Amino acid sequence: MAVYKKTYRPYEGALTASWRRFLVIPRYAFEDLHRSRFLTIFYLASFLYPLIAALIIYVEHNVDALKLLNAQNAANLLSIDTGFFMSFLGWQSMLALFLAAFIGPGQVSPDLANNALSLYLARPFSRAEYILGKLSVLWILMSLMTWVPGLLLFCLEGYLEGPKWMAQHFRIAAGLFLGAWVWILVLSLLALALSAWVKWRPAAGALVFGVFFVVSGFGQVINRVEDTGWGSLLSINTLVGTIWVNVFTGGDAGSNGGAFFRVIPGQQLPAWGCWFMLGVLCLVFLAMLRLKIRGAEVVR
Amino acid sequence: MVPTHGNKPGKGSVSIECGSNTKHKQECLCYGMTDPVIELDGLEVRFGGRPILKKLKASLTGRSIGLLGPNGAGKSTLLNTLLGFHQPSAGTARVLGHDIRTHAREVRALIGYMPENDSFIASMSGVRFVRLMAELSGLPSEQALERAHEAFFYVGLGEVRYRALGTYSLGMKQAAKLAQAIAHGPKLLFLDEPTNGLDPPARTRMIQLIQEIRDRGDLSLILSSHLLRDVEECCDQVLILKDGNIAAYCNLEEERRANRRFLEIETRSDGVPSSCFLEALEKLGCETAQGAQGRIKLVLPEGLEVRRLYAVAAEQNVQIRRLNRKRDSLEDIFLKAMETGNGRL
Repeated sequence: MAVYKKTYRPYEGALTASWRRFLVIPRYAFEDLHRSRFLTIFYLASFLYPLIAALIIYVEHNVDALKLLNAQNAANLLSIDTGFFMSFLGWQSMLALFLAAFIGPGQVSPDLANNALSLYLARPFSRAEYILGKLSVLWILMSLMTWVPGLLLFCLEGYLEGPKWMAQHFRIAAGLFLGAWVWILVLSLLALALSAWVKWRPAAGALVFGVFFVVSGFGQVINRVEDTGWGSLLSINTLVGTIWVNVFTGGDAGSNGGAFFRVIPGQQLPAWGCWFMLGVLCLVFLAMLRLKIRGAEVVR
Repeated sequence: MVPTHGNKPGKGSVSIECGSNTKHKQECLCYGMTDPVIELDGLEVRFGGRPILKKLKASLTGRSIGLLGPNGAGKSTLLNTLLGFHQPSAGTARVLGHDIRTHAREVRALIGYMPENDSFIASMSGVRFVRLMAELSGLPSEQALERAHEAFFYVGLGEVRYRALGTYSLGMKQAAKLAQAIAHGPKLLFLDEPTNGLDPPARTRMIQLIQEIRDRGDLSLILSSHLLRDVEECCDQVLILKDGNIAAYCNLEEERRANRRFLEIETRSDGVPSSCFLEALEKLGCETAQGAQGRIKLVLPEGLEVRRLYAVAAEQNVQIRRLNRKRDSLEDIFLKAMETGNGRL
C-alpha cells in the first residue's frame, strides 16, 4: 500500500491541454454507465439491427448462400437502396431516443441537486466546456448507434457492389452522417435541457418521451382542427423525418422517412421550415441550459 | 495610546488609499513591499439593478485575509465575482495580477474554492470526486489520483476515501471540500465559512488545517466567515464588508502587536499611596491611567518586559493581583465597523 505524506505541497507538474479537458466528463460518465447492467445489455442489443443489416447485405450479394437457403428469389425482394438505409437510421435513431431518455436525465441533474456546479466552474473550466462535456457523453454513445454502423454498412455495400456504386450513391453516406447528426444534436440538447430543469430523473426521462408523443399529438390536433399541415412543426420526429428525406433524396416525394420518423403523406412540410424550427428548438434548449448552468444562483 | 483600526467608511463607496491617515500610510508602505493578492478597482456588482457590491476599492496584500460581515454584506458575492460567477457591472478586480474580466480562466486556475454549502456528487467516492476535480483543473489523470489520495490523508479522511460522499458526516464533508480545494495545488484558497456546522473538535481540526496551510506559505488564503474567532485565529488581515461597502480593513497582526503592549492591572498596596507606583511606572516610560479600586490601565513602551512591572511593584511594596492583556481586538473592530451614524448596531 502506498504511503502518502500527510502534508500540503503545491503542484508544479505538467498540465493537460485546456482544449481537451471537457473529455474528462465523458470518461467519468462512461465508468458510471458501465456499472449499469441494464444499460450495458440495452446498448449491446442496439447493435443487433446493424448486424442483421450486414448479414442481409452479405446474403444479397452471395448467390451461393441464397441457393443454400433455397431462396434464389430473395435477392429481388431485398434491395439495398436509400429506403434500406433510411429504415436502418430510423430504427437506430428510435433506440437512441430510448438511450437518451435513460441516460440524459442523469447528466446534469445530479450536479445541480448536489450543488456541484460551483466546484466544476470554479476551475479553469467554462460553462460551454461543461455543456460540451455532458453533450459528448450522448454524442459518442448515439454516434456509435447510428451513423457509425450506418457508414460501415454503406462501406460494406460499396465493397460488394464496387466503387461505382459508392460514387453513385454518395448521397446515402452524406444522408446517414448529416441525418444522424441532426437527430443526435436535437435529442442530446433536449435531454440535457430537461435534465437541467427537472431534478427528478424518472420525471425528466418521461418528459423526453412526452415532448415527442404529447406535443406531436397536440400538433396533430392543430392539423385536424385547422385543416393544415403546419401543426407538424410541433412534432420533432416529423421535422427530422422531413430533413432526412431532404438530405437522403434531395426532397424526392417517393421517400417519406423511416420508422418513427415517417412523414404522413399530405402533411409534408417544406424543408426550410423544418430546418428553421429545429434551429429554433436548439436555441431554446441552449437558452434553458444557459439559465441553469451557473456557478452561483442569483436571487434577485 | 490605544491603537485604532483601519478606515471607517462614509456612505457609498470607500477607498482604501494611502494618505487617509498616518496608520494607513504605514500600512501602505508596508504592503507595498509585496504584490497584492487581490486588488479591487471600483468593483461594482448589481443584481437586477440593485447594487450588491458598491464600487469597492482596496488592495489586499496579506497572506491570509479574513472577509467579515453580517449576512447579506456581500462576502459570498465578492468571492463569486472573483471566481467569475458574476459579471461586474462596473470596475474590475485583479487576482494575483490577473484581471477577472479579461483573464477569468487564468484567475480560476490559480484558485482553490471551498464553497459554503454542501457541494459534491453524493454517489461518488471521495477520492474519485477529488480526482475528477483535480483533472478538471488540468492535472493529468495519474497525478490527479495521487494528489487526491494525498489531499484526503492530509485532511484526515484517508480511511474513508473510498466511501460515497453522501455517507459522510458534516465534518467529513467539510474536510472533503477542503481536500478538493487544495488537491490541484492552487496559489490562492477561497474558504467560504469553512467551520459551518462543525462541532468543537471538528472545528479545531479545521482551524488547525487552515493554519497549517497558511504557515507553509505556499499559498494565500481568503477566509469568509461571520465567526470572528475563525478569522482571528487564521488571518493576518481582515476586510469587513457592510451593505456592499468596505466598512473596515486592517492588519490584525499589527493590532495584536499593539494590544500586547496594552495592559490592565489590579493592585493592592498596604498603606503605600498608589501614586508612587504610578510615578515609578511612568519613569519606566509607561502611559498610565488610574481606575477605581487599585485598577491601572497602562501601555508598555517598546522593549519593556512585563516582568519589570513586577520588579517595580515589589520595590514599591505593591501586590499585582491580576494582569490582563487587551483581548478581542477583532470584536472591537467589527462592532465599531458595524456601528451606524447614531452609534447603534
